[in-house]
Amino acid sequence: MKNYSASIDSIESFSTKDGPGVRTVIFFNGCKLRCLFCHNPETWTRKEDNTKVKELYEKIIKFKPYFGDKGGVTFSGGEPLLHSEFIIELSKLLKKDNINIALDTAGVGNSNYLELLEYIDLVILDIKDYREDGYKKMTGLDMEKFKEFLNLIQKLNKKIWIRQVIVPGINDNKEYILGLKQYIKNIKNIENIELLPYHTMAIDKYKKLNIDYILKDTKDMDINKCLELEKILKED
Amino acid sequence: MKEWNNFKEGIWCNEIDVKNFIDLNYTYYDLDESFLSAPTNKTKEVWNKCTELLKEELKLGVLDIDVDNVSGINSFEAGYIDKDNEVIVGLQTDKPLKRMVNPFGGIRMVYNSLEAYNYKLNENIDKYFSNFRKTHNEGVFDAYTDEMKLARKVGLLTGLPDAYGRGRIIGDYRRIALYGIDYLIEEKIKDKTKIVEMNEDGIKLREEVSMQIKALDEMKKMALKYGYDISKPASNAKEAIQWLYFGYLSAVKENNGAAMSLGRVDSFIDIYIKRDLDNGLLTEEEAQELIDQFIIKLRLVRHLRTPEYDTLFTGDPTWVTCSIGGMGENNPLVTKTSYRILHTLTNLDTSPEPNMTVLWSDKLPINFKKYCAKMSILTDAIQYENDELMRPIHGTDYAIACCVSAMTVGKQMQYFGARCNLAKALLYSINGGIDEMKNLKVLEVEKMEDEILDYEKVKKSYFKVLEHVAKLYSDTMNIIHYMHDKYAYEAGQMALHDTYVERLMAYGVAGLSVATDSLSAIKYAKVKPVRNEEGITIDFIIDGDYPKYGNDDDRVDSIAKEILEKFYSELSKHKPIRNAIPTLSVLTITSNVVYGEKTGATPDGRKAHVAFAPGANPMHGRDENGAIASLNSVAKLDYQKCCRDGISNTFTVIPNALGKDLENQKNNLVSLLDGYFTKKAHHINVNVLNREMLIDAMNNPDKYPLLTIRVSGYAVRFNRLTKTQQQEVIDRTFHEKL
Repeated sequence: MKNYSASIDSIESFSTKDGPGVRTVIFFNGCKLRCLFCHNPETWTRKEDNTKVKELYEKIIKFKPYFGDKGGVTFSGGEPLLHSEFIIELSKLLKKDNINIALDTAGVGNSNYLELLEYIDLVILDIKDYREDGYKKMTGLDMEKFKEFLNLIQKLNKKIWIRQVIVPGINDNKEYILGLKQYIKNIKNIENIELLPYHTMAIDKYKKLNIDYILKDTKDMDINKCLELEKILKED
Repeated sequence: MKEWNNFKEGIWCNEIDVKNFIDLNYTYYDLDESFLSAPTNKTKEVWNKCTELLKEELKLGVLDIDVDNVSGINSFEAGYIDKDNEVIVGLQTDKPLKRMVNPFGGIRMVYNSLEAYNYKLNENIDKYFSNFRKTHNEGVFDAYTDEMKLARKVGLLTGLPDAYGRGRIIGDYRRIALYGIDYLIEEKIKDKTKIVEMNEDGIKLREEVSMQIKALDEMKKMALKYGYDISKPASNAKEAIQWLYFGYLSAVKENNGAAMSLGRVDSFIDIYIKRDLDNGLLTEEEAQELIDQFIIKLRLVRHLRTPEYDTLFTGDPTWVTCSIGGMGENNPLVTKTSYRILHTLTNLDTSPEPNMTVLWSDKLPINFKKYCAKMSILTDAIQYENDELMRPIHGTDYAIACCVSAMTVGKQMQYFGARCNLAKALLYSINGGIDEMKNLKVLEVEKMEDEILDYEKVKKSYFKVLEHVAKLYSDTMNIIHYMHDKYAYEAGQMALHDTYVERLMAYGVAGLSVATDSLSAIKYAKVKPVRNEEGITIDFIIDGDYPKYGNDDDRVDSIAKEILEKFYSELSKHKPIRNAIPTLSVLTITSNVVYGEKTGATPDGRKAHVAFAPGANPMHGRDENGAIASLNSVAKLDYQKCCRDGISNTFTVIPNALGKDLENQKNNLVSLLDGYFTKKAHHINVNVLNREMLIDAMNNPDKYPLLTIRVSGYAVRFNRLTKTQQQEVIDRTFHEKL
């Protein structure tokens, strides 16, 4: 077995938000996108590798009894797709123990996801903006990579949870939601759709990292309004 | 016997064997809670009256005190809340919430309590006890050495049951219902005639059995005052609960122990209820009414305490611990009555008492697991303990006393040992045995002069201190329990045990996470003591990071294990009185605040006076990798080999972090509990609540009159905690990943 290493920001042993059931979430460092609303700017740059496959596997396996029937591990970040080889090796081990694996991704990595996706039970896909121009404004990059990834997971019939962050003044309107609804209609195997209200809790992180916070004048997204939009999105 | 009609016969018919009766007759229930009934009008009437009285009591501190009678099984006239609507009767005194004077543990405690509430003891009682009747407390202090008094004064050994009842004894109250008092007396007489060897043990036992027989007779007389003849077995569900309750009531009339636990009654009562339901003698509403009203009675148990006692154990806890569920020989011991008992939290409202304790096994039916999880999420009133760890040791018919102490019902009893402050002991090993707060020499050990503390050196010295403390602690326990047996013997409770009972000497520790992190800091970082003019440490400067207990990191978790193993092996070297078996608990109740208050700055960076984490919990905020990693650290502490008196962990999670809706929250909590207990953990208190709500409750207590939270081995109304304790609860780690 190759003992790859990766740059990992942190591990949250207990989460119920990132996929079904009780899950352990691994936050990888490194991301090509620079989303305006990002609340994990500390994971943008890929720092020196600090964790080996074997070591992480041994940590996770100690949490396995808590996962129950539905839970498991979620790879998140940063962008986990930037650590394909590491995740492949780790997933081989986790699959021997029958652990459910979810990938929380924006779909923008280094291509060659085919082998990686073999091990993935669920893709939690972050839609930054369904429109080309909106996407570029929100993330700083073109939509090509995202589309390529989406096509691939569609071809492989992967189960999908859709996530969209709702930011006041940018996409918190009915028009956007109806457009998104139309866009999502063409995606198959969707099991769950979540709208995540934008929050300003990351401001201090930006200050510490000395990064300009572009949305500094934007307020927290109203949770109830977000729920209303979610209702519109989900109703038939 | 007509009382036993429809019961499957077995060994239990020829000798006292309640377990055998249950095994042969109970009906396992694996469906959901939809059969449960709402409270009846009678129940509502009674409970409304109680609610008013409880409000009044909260205002006054105590509602009333009977200063003219002395505690005892049959010392009081019958008392009622609302006679016409009560289906289960019996109060400790002649009025609800009126407290008794129990001077047998110590008369000073009585004076202090009465003074605190402006009452005065009846002159005759005062004269009698002061002049003619020696108390447990006097006996203990006659025998204590100077060193013991000192260890007590500085808070190295704390909460010792040397001035009040030791509690933690569970009578097998079911025996009264199944056999009736007369049969129990006959059996005791038989036992007594067989004690013929007149050595010290034999004489002592003959005297005790005689006292037990008298106590049984008193129970009969007490029940008669309420119009019931309990000399014969109970013939229906109502009588079974009533008989059983008379047994428990006798215990709390006779004793004022810190923890007066109920035992395990769910499957036993269920057998009677089911028989009546099957025979058309009872409806589900009536069955629930019996349980609701039984639970109301348990909620009204009170003891007279001093204000100092209240700061240690806040909120008037009585630990009417009620053990529920668990596995039987073949099937789970989950019955409809397991549900009915938990359902009182819905029918009457959430409440700290009785202390609902679910004996958890991964083999319990999923419906029951989910119901428990739901009740935890809605009420924060349940604690869980690992049946898979305790059953192999105690068999299927054990129960929990107090918070975490398991014992086989009717066959084992416990000598409650309070606890030793492990963090203070560590400071002694650095400060040459001098107490860092009181500046008194407590024990002999070399003082450390090092600029930077050396791990091996500190550990060696610490272990030497623990060896010394173990001897001192063991000797102290022997004196306390020798005197308690002599001057405050629990005749009524012991009458409901086998005559030859196994005793457990239950030692305890506090400050485990502080001692552990301190040693880890010394080992993995650089720790520089700051000393005063006398060379005693007043602070520590830590250079560098170190692994902290609560992150599933073996480097430090192994230190916690090592401390416990060392201390337990040292305690085990000393022989307790009456062949008691030494056990150890990691438990603080709310006293973690007081222990912290009395302990100087520690090498982990904790400042002087700062509260310890409760029980076996990691220190607040130091568990940085989420709930599962934190739970795993605690799960590593060894119950089986080392801490057989229990390892308490208090877990708080915000509702949103547990799942997005109740259904998900239930499933996720079940997964967490299954996982934690599969890891061989022993105990967990589950709180599902928001920090903001607690802060609001602290500032606006009237808005949250019923808010109940689990603290450490018991639940308490949040409003009854002191401000410092409330703040400590708020400062605890809330698992709240967003």
